[in-house]
Amino acid sequence: MTLPEEEVAEELTPGVPGRGPRRAPSRGRVVVRRFLRSRQGAAGLAVLVVMFLLAFAGPLLSPWSYTDRDFTAFLQPPSASHWFGTLQTGADVYAVTLRGMQKSLIVGLLAALVSTALAALVGAFAGYFPGWADRTLTWLTDLLLVLPAFLILAIMSPVFGEGTWALFVLMLSLFLWMVTSKIVRSMTVSLKRREFIQAARFMGVRPVTIIFRHVLPNLSSLLIVDATLNVSAAILTETSLSYFGFGIQPPDVSFGTLIADGSKTAVYAPWTFWFVAGLLVVTVLAVNLVGDALRDAFDPTSTRPR
Amino acid sequence: MTPATTPETAPAPTSASAPVLDVRDLGVCFGDVPAVRGVSFEVRPGEVLGVVGESGSGKSVTASAIMGLLPSSARVSGSVRLHGRELVGARDKELNALRGRAMSMVFQDPLSALTPVYRVGDQIAEAVRVHQRVTKEQAMVKAVSLLDLVGIPHPAERALAFPHEFSGGMRQRAMIAMAIANDPDLVICDEPTTALDVTIQAQVLEVLKKARDETGAAIIMITHDLGVVAGLADRVLVMYAGRPVEVGTVDDVYYRPRMPYTVGLLRSIPRVDRGAQRRLEPIEGSPPSPAALPPGCPFGPRCPLHVGACDEAEPPLFETGPGHLAACIRWEDEAASQAETAVSETGTAAEEAGTAAEEAGTRPRAPAEAGEAEEAKEAAVPRGEPVLRVEGLVKDYPLLRGAVFKRRVGTVHAVAGVSFAIREGETLGLVGESGCGKTTTLLEILELARPQRGRVVVFGHDTARLGPAERMAIRRDMQVVFQDPLASLDPRMTVHDVVAEPLRTHGLGDTGRRVAELLTLVGLEPEHAERYPQDFSGGQRQRIGIARALALEPRLLVLDEPVSALDVSIQAGVINLLASLKARLGLSYLFVAHDLAVVRHIADRVAVMYLGRIAEIGSVDAVYDAPAHPYTQALLSAIPLPDPARERSRRRILLEGDLPSPAHPPSGCRFRTRCPKFRTVLTEDERVLCVEAEPDVLPVGEPAGDQGAACHYAEKLDVVQPRRNSR
Repeated sequence: MTLPEEEVAEELTPGVPGRGPRRAPSRGRVVVRRFLRSRQGAAGLAVLVVMFLLAFAGPLLSPWSYTDRDFTAFLQPPSASHWFGTLQTGADVYAVTLRGMQKSLIVGLLAALVSTALAALVGAFAGYFPGWADRTLTWLTDLLLVLPAFLILAIMSPVFGEGTWALFVLMLSLFLWMVTSKIVRSMTVSLKRREFIQAARFMGVRPVTIIFRHVLPNLSSLLIVDATLNVSAAILTETSLSYFGFGIQPPDVSFGTLIADGSKTAVYAPWTFWFVAGLLVVTVLAVNLVGDALRDAFDPTSTRPR
Repeated sequence: MTPATTPETAPAPTSASAPVLDVRDLGVCFGDVPAVRGVSFEVRPGEVLGVVGESGSGKSVTASAIMGLLPSSARVSGSVRLHGRELVGARDKELNALRGRAMSMVFQDPLSALTPVYRVGDQIAEAVRVHQRVTKEQAMVKAVSLLDLVGIPHPAERALAFPHEFSGGMRQRAMIAMAIANDPDLVICDEPTTALDVTIQAQVLEVLKKARDETGAAIIMITHDLGVVAGLADRVLVMYAGRPVEVGTVDDVYYRPRMPYTVGLLRSIPRVDRGAQRRLEPIEGSPPSPAALPPGCPFGPRCPLHVGACDEAEPPLFETGPGHLAACIRWEDEAASQAETAVSETGTAAEEAGTAAEEAGTRPRAPAEAGEAEEAKEAAVPRGEPVLRVEGLVKDYPLLRGAVFKRRVGTVHAVAGVSFAIREGETLGLVGESGCGKTTTLLEILELARPQRGRVVVFGHDTARLGPAERMAIRRDMQVVFQDPLASLDPRMTVHDVVAEPLRTHGLGDTGRRVAELLTLVGLEPEHAERYPQDFSGGQRQRIGIARALALEPRLLVLDEPVSALDVSIQAGVINLLASLKARLGLSYLFVAHDLAVVRHIADRVAVMYLGRIAEIGSVDAVYDAPAHPYTQALLSAIPLPDPARERSRRRILLEGDLPSPAHPPSGCRFRTRCPKFRTVLTEDERVLCVEAEPDVLPVGEPAGDQGAACHYAEKLDVVQPRRNSR
C-alpha cells in the first residue's frame, strides 16, 4: 500500500474521476439501512404498526363503543355480535380492550422514550461537565431516587383528570430515569478520556455537539435496551397505578384496569382476561424486537449481516 | 552458493550435544482455525533461538503449546520433546513437575505475571520450594541471591517489597530471577522487553545474557523486534501465518535471507543508523487471517516475487544452505539477485553481505529515490517564521491524598521548562522514554490555553491571549493524529462521518466528495467510507486518522506516536505516507515518539526529553551521528540494530537504575543520578556543578550550530557507528 509521489499528485487534483457523486454514507443512513435489513426489526415494527392500527382504527369496525352496555348479554363468551365476548357489566370486551390499548400504547411508549432521553441527557451532561453541573445534576438524581415514587404518583393522581394524560406520562417517566442516568454518567466519565473524544475536542467541536455526536451514540446499546425495558415498565407501572384506582379513571379504561378486573373473572370467563393479557405480551415483544434490531444496527461490531 | 563465513564469532552453539528441546511438526488448532502449522525446530544447551514474526503469526501460541499452557479448547498435534520426553498429550501432573524446573517462561507483561498480594522475595522463594526440598529460610536466601544476580540493588531489602513497588524493568528482572530459580534447561521468553523502554530493555537483555551464561540454559526468545534478536540469538526462526518460513543462523537470515518475507521485514524496519536518505519499503497488504489463508504460499498475495506457481501449493522448507531453510520456491532467484549486487561491493564479509541485502532492495528504485531524497532535503530547509514556538513550558499535577478532604501531598513536575520551535515545512521529533513528559507537552500545546508557566505561540498567536474565534481558526490549521488508531476513531461512526467531522465542525459543505478525495489521498478506497473503523486493519485505521487530520488542509500536524501500535511491515507504509504528504502539502509535523529509529526517518530536527526537560535538541543527523548529551548517547546506544555483526561488536552504554519519580526530581542536573559520565568520568570538583546547577540547553560543537545539549560537560560522541557510506 505504498503511495508513489506521482499518484499523490494525481489524487490531489480535485474530483475523483470515474465516479458520479455518491450519496455520503453517513451514520444515519447506514443505521437506517441496517435496521431495515434486519428481519426481526422489520417484523417488530410491523407488529407495532398493526397494534396501533388496531387500537385506533379497530373500534370503527365494531358497532359497540367502550361506554356502551349490552343489557342482553352479561359475561357472554365471544360470539358473532360480541367478538371478544362481554364483561359482567355488559360492556363489549373488544371495544374496551382497544380503548385500553390506545391509552397504554401511548403512555407506555412515550414514557419510555421520555425517561430514557432524560436519563441520557442528565447522565451525559453530568458526566461530561465536571464541577457544578455535575454536582447539581447528581444531587437532583439522588433526590428523586430516594423519594418514594409510587407514593408521589398516588398523591398526584387526582390531578390527572380527563385530558391530562401528557402530564401523567411526564410524571411516570420522571420516576423511571434515575438509575439509568447514574450508569450513563459513569460511562460518560470514562468515555470522555477516550482518544476519539479528545480528537474531537482538539478539532474544535463544541462540547454539546460532542455529547450528541460521540457520547450518546456510544452509549446507544445501553440506552436502547433501557428504553425497551422501560416500555414494559411504564405500561406495567401505569397498570399497577390504574389497578389501585389512580391514573386512568373510569369510565375510561386502560390495560391496567382491564387486567385488574379481568383477573377476578379469568378462571370462569377467560375471555375477560386473556385478550388483554395477550395483546400486552405481543406489544412488549414487538418493542423488544425493534429494540434489539436497533441496537444491532447501531452497533458496528454486531455480527448480523448488514 | 558459498558457505557462510562468519567473521565475528557468536557464542557458538555446541552443535554436537543433544538438543534440549526438539519440536517436530507442531500444530495448534482453535476450533477449525489453525493458529500454528508445522513448526519444527530444535534448541541445544546454551543456544538462543530467536522466534520473530508479526502479531498473529503464531509465535506466542507456539510458546504456550510447548509449555502446555494452552486452553483445553486448543487441539495440539505433532511432537514436543524435552530431553527426549514427549510433552504433547502428557498429563498435567507430569508437566507441572517439568514447568519451572526443566523449562520456565518469562512473560511480556511483568505486572500481571507477578501476584500483587505477595512479596517479590516470597514469590521467588515459592518457585524454589515447589521443586526443591529446602526450608523457607534457605529458599529466601536463594531468592535474594537470585535478585542480586539479575542486578537488583539492595536485594535483601527489595525482596520484601511488593510487585507494585517495583518499576517495570525491575519486575521483569524479578520474573527472570524466578524463571532461572531452579536452573532450568530451557527458558522461553515471550516478548520480554516489548513493554519496556529502550534503556531498560538494554538492561534486561544484559540480564538475560548473564542468566544464560550462569545457568547454561537454552533460550527461546520470542519477539517482533528484529534488532533484539540480532544481538542475542544464535539462530533465528521467522514465522508467518502460523508457520516457519525461514530458519537459519542469525548471519544467514540477516545477511542472506532467502524468503521474500524476511527480506521485506528487514527492509521495512527503520534503523537508527540510517536516515531519511533511504526510503523504507513496506510489505504490501496486511497479514492474512488464520481463518482464511490464501491458497498456496500464504505470503503470495503480498510477495514482490509472486508467480503463478506460488498459488499452487504451500511451499515446503527448502534447504538453501547448511542449516538454513526457507519456504519459498524462488529462493534461488532471491539468492542470485543478492549475489549480483554483492559483487560490486567491498569490505569485510559481513559488511558486504549486509550491504548486499540492503542494496538488493534499493537497487530497482535507485533513480527515483535520488530525486526523492533531494526533494526531502529541499523540504527540510527551514524557512520563514516558526509555526509553533514553545518557551519554558511548565505543567505540574498536584498529588492529592485523602478521600473526603483532599490535601496536596506533592507535585508531579510532568513538564518542567521545555522550549523548542518548529519552522514551516519542518518536522520536529520529540523523543523520550515513557514518563518523560512528551505526551503532556503535546496535550498542553493542543489545549491552546494559557500554560501554567511559559508561552506557547502557534502561527504567531500567543495561546494565553486567544479569543474563541481565533482559537477555532488555529484548531483548523493544527490537527492531531493519535497513537492508537482504533481508540482515536469513534467506533460508532462510519468512516465517512469520521473523516467529515472536521469539515462539518468548521462549516464546510460537500463532504461526500472531499471525503472520497481524502481517502484516496491516504491510499484507501472511497468505497470504504460506509464501513466502520473496526472493519479495517491497524495500518488502514491509522490512514483514516491521517485522512481526518488532513481534511482541513492544516499547516501543522501533531502526531502522537502514530506508528508505535502498528506492525513493522505496516509501519513502514504509514511512515512513507507521512513523508510524501509532508513533501506534497508542505506540512509541518510535531512528531512525538519513543522509537528513535522512526524519528530518524521522518524528522528534520529532534528534541530528546528526559524527566520533563529537553536534554538535547538539534538536526537529526547531528544528534544521531554525534550526540553530545550523555543521555542521548545512552539512549542511542541502547537501541538494538537489526544487524548481527555490528550488534555483537557494539559498545553499549548501560544506564543504571530507573527513571526517577517526576514528583522528586534530583537537584541540579536531572540526569545525574543515572549519568555514566557523572559516575565515572567527572572528578569530584566537576560533579559539584552537576549537583547544584540545572543545565540549560546550550549550543555544542564547533562551529556552534543548531545542536544544543543540556549538559555542563557536553561532548560529542558517536555511539551508533554509522556504516561507511557505500553508496
